[in-house]
Amino acid sequence: MAISVTINGQPRAIDAAPDTPMLWVLRDDLQLTGTKFGCGAGLCGACTIHVKGEPQRACQLTLKDAAGLEITTIEGLKGRVAGAVQAAWAKLDVVQCGYCQSGQVMAATALLTAKPKPSDADIDVAMDGNICRCATYPRIRAGIHAAAASLEG
Amino acid sequence: MTDATFSTQQSIFKMIGSPLDALPVDQPSAAEPSRRSFLKIAGGTGAGLMLALAAPGLGAVPAQAATPAGGGLADAFLRIAPDNTVTVILKHADIGQGAATGLSTLVAEELDASWAQIRTEFAPSDPVRYKNFAFGVQGVGGSTGLANSFEQYRTVGATARAMIVAAAAKEWGVPAADISVTNGVVSIASGKTATLGAMANAASLQAVPSNVTLKTPDKFTFIGKSFPRVDSVAKTNGTAKYTIDQQMDGMLIAVIARPTKFGATVAKIDATATEKSAGVVKVVQVPQGVAVIAKSTWAAIKGRQALKVTWDESKAEVRGTADLLKDYKALLDKPGLSARKEGDVEGAFAKAAKVVSVDFEFPYLAHAPMEPLDCVVHYTGSSAEIWTGSQLQTVDHGTACAVLGLKPEAVKLNTVWAGGSFGRRAIADAHFVAEACALAKAYGQPVPIKVIWTREDDIKGGYYRPMYVHRLKAGLDKDGTIIAWQHRIVGQSIMAGTPFESMAVKNGIDNTSVEGANNLPYAIANLSVELHTVKAGVPVLWWRSVGATHTAHATEHMIDLLAKEAGKDPVAFRLSLLKGKPRHIGALKLAAEKAGWGTPMPAGTARGVAVHESFGSYVAQIAEIALKPDGSVKVTRIVSAIDCGLAVNPDVVHAQIEGGIGYGLGAALRNEITIKGGVVEQSNFDSYEPLRMSDIPKIESHIVPSAEKPTGVGEPGTPVALPAVANALFSATGQRTLQLPMTRQKYTSA
Repeated sequence: MAISVTINGQPRAIDAAPDTPMLWVLRDDLQLTGTKFGCGAGLCGACTIHVKGEPQRACQLTLKDAAGLEITTIEGLKGRVAGAVQAAWAKLDVVQCGYCQSGQVMAATALLTAKPKPSDADIDVAMDGNICRCATYPRIRAGIHAAAASLEG
Repeated sequence: MTDATFSTQQSIFKMIGSPLDALPVDQPSAAEPSRRSFLKIAGGTGAGLMLALAAPGLGAVPAQAATPAGGGLADAFLRIAPDNTVTVILKHADIGQGAATGLSTLVAEELDASWAQIRTEFAPSDPVRYKNFAFGVQGVGGSTGLANSFEQYRTVGATARAMIVAAAAKEWGVPAADISVTNGVVSIASGKTATLGAMANAASLQAVPSNVTLKTPDKFTFIGKSFPRVDSVAKTNGTAKYTIDQQMDGMLIAVIARPTKFGATVAKIDATATEKSAGVVKVVQVPQGVAVIAKSTWAAIKGRQALKVTWDESKAEVRGTADLLKDYKALLDKPGLSARKEGDVEGAFAKAAKVVSVDFEFPYLAHAPMEPLDCVVHYTGSSAEIWTGSQLQTVDHGTACAVLGLKPEAVKLNTVWAGGSFGRRAIADAHFVAEACALAKAYGQPVPIKVIWTREDDIKGGYYRPMYVHRLKAGLDKDGTIIAWQHRIVGQSIMAGTPFESMAVKNGIDNTSVEGANNLPYAIANLSVELHTVKAGVPVLWWRSVGATHTAHATEHMIDLLAKEAGKDPVAFRLSLLKGKPRHIGALKLAAEKAGWGTPMPAGTARGVAVHESFGSYVAQIAEIALKPDGSVKVTRIVSAIDCGLAVNPDVVHAQIEGGIGYGLGAALRNEITIKGGVVEQSNFDSYEPLRMSDIPKIESHIVPSAEKPTGVGEPGTPVALPAVANALFSATGQRTLQLPMTRQKYTSA
């Protein structure tokens, strides 16, 4: 039986096994491949999505538990804060391989939405769950500060 | 040598032969040819201007190599379309190192294009046209990407520019010398202008100049400046497509059950439960294990969980890392094969006032790129199409042909964005392509199949940076001068048993085992470097910066131990030993100056220095650490200086240094693969945890100004971070870092 989840503002009826992690529902069933697979164990943050605006790991949320929830993926990420984050990422050329960056952008947007002027310590706490093997961390940190500054103006 | 030696690699090679046999390849040449001749392969078709490199010795490129307008181009380096887009065809993969941006910069420079009109496409597999001049085959690695393309891609741009200018001269009835091209606009003094795109069709009818003049550096408008990466936007909004993102009608997903011990093979399969598992389509055996093919990724993963495989471990490697370490250490007492010998080492030790001897241990390391290995194969029986983040296209393509039993022209390899590599996607046996082709062939239905490695497959899957032990023994005279140096290394060979063996292994010495040690830059009259190559069944592979990952630490930490014995400042000690090494000195002096070397440090903090050359680039780093009251240590700052010749895009150089340091610090502080009874003990990012945001120090990257030819930047930043941090700790506490990672020291991220 199909399970209803609101994805990027659109109600979707999903016919997949109820224990399927939303990561694979998004990627395989809905072709929303911006949400990435990195570990499947909630350890790396590559699959970060927003559930009612809060960052969550799509690999740790089953379809059954997502029933009725409002989920935003990188494809549906909109708004002033997200725009500032993505603009800062481009301006500072944060990306290298880029594979983790959907998750980084989702986590950074959630941080700046909750805390418009984060300290370095705030950034450590909010971003420590998002691994980047290219170690673009210094630029992610700078990007968050730059986005915060642009949102102030 | 045990029977299990390189079992995985060799069994696949036996199966397919050398992948390089399948395709026509040139012998590698030491340097990029200074000029290439170009010829037009398509034009006057309304498709704009297309250029292809004429293959040396082949005369004209076969006409059928060029596909007509609109259908893409099989073998061009550049496409200027009437819509005014300039598409640069990338012969190299972009694994995050910035190849797409770098190669585009070279074309844009000589074409005088505007950066906004640049687009990129990955080239198809073609070892003749798209070879890396450093390898003789298509592929990128060893930080050669930009160095081997520097004149080639500029010549592509300059040739196109000359044809555009010739076309404008004809159309406007003026001498070519009166025409200028700036920022993508062709113009003459009278005010007439045209875009590159508007002139492209006419340009395609012009003769191809055989000898174009490249700009002198004072005329550069792109090279040496930091233009934005071409992939920034697509990689921040989720639209960049990696292998794992490929979606096709009827596509199936596969995961493979692999043996828990390297070299084990399938004895018995019980797929009863798997075949009943929802969404599973088929279970097939391949040389690498047992593949579960399903309608979705989750179905494949669950199907694999239900699978029962009995493994034949009779030829498996059953030793653990502790067993191997014991054997390796025993070899440290015996002379190895000589990799370098100068003077009279034994005689010098006999005269030494002081002798320092230390043993180092380096663990196996996984690469763990964020995108685990993956490959899509669509096999029809008579042809195949493959999508993967191919770093060695010629090897991947040749392997696919061999496994599928198809000719190269029947197999199309599409290179797509790769979610990191660090060496892991450049594999001499292309095992991840081989297994995907093997299972597609075994399945036999003409549908695309995407093979995905889970993170556990990745961490447990071998192809590690080899484990090594070193013994470094040095003798000082009464004045503190190093008069004797003996360096003995024990470890597996990365190159043995691969198609690259003849290039890299000479007289029994695999250069990747000793590089960084046998070219020690310090002036020491009596010096010996020896190697014991051992065999173990654990597959090994190059890991970002290859030999330097261990030799830089051993040599540069040793220098600090000796500086202390000699009572000398570590920077001054190095400078006194660097005779005729101006580029080491330049990097070292710049890093020391920028870090404020010699200025007082607050209590509880310390600096450490290291300098090392790899891949033709010279990197010095100064690390700063803070000791916490509870005894824990935080790396707070790293100041880096690189001499990489001319920095084509300085911001990309800085990015590679920042990332390289982060990667190296992971190996310094906490990453290791351990094996017990043949079974890898780590499995995911909890037990093999990369550095995270809070672990990363402040990093400051500087570039030594240089007009030398560009050299590598992807790898040289990585190995220097380890000894720099170790030397800071040694300075602060006197504690030596002889075993990596530095897990005996408690590190803190705050």
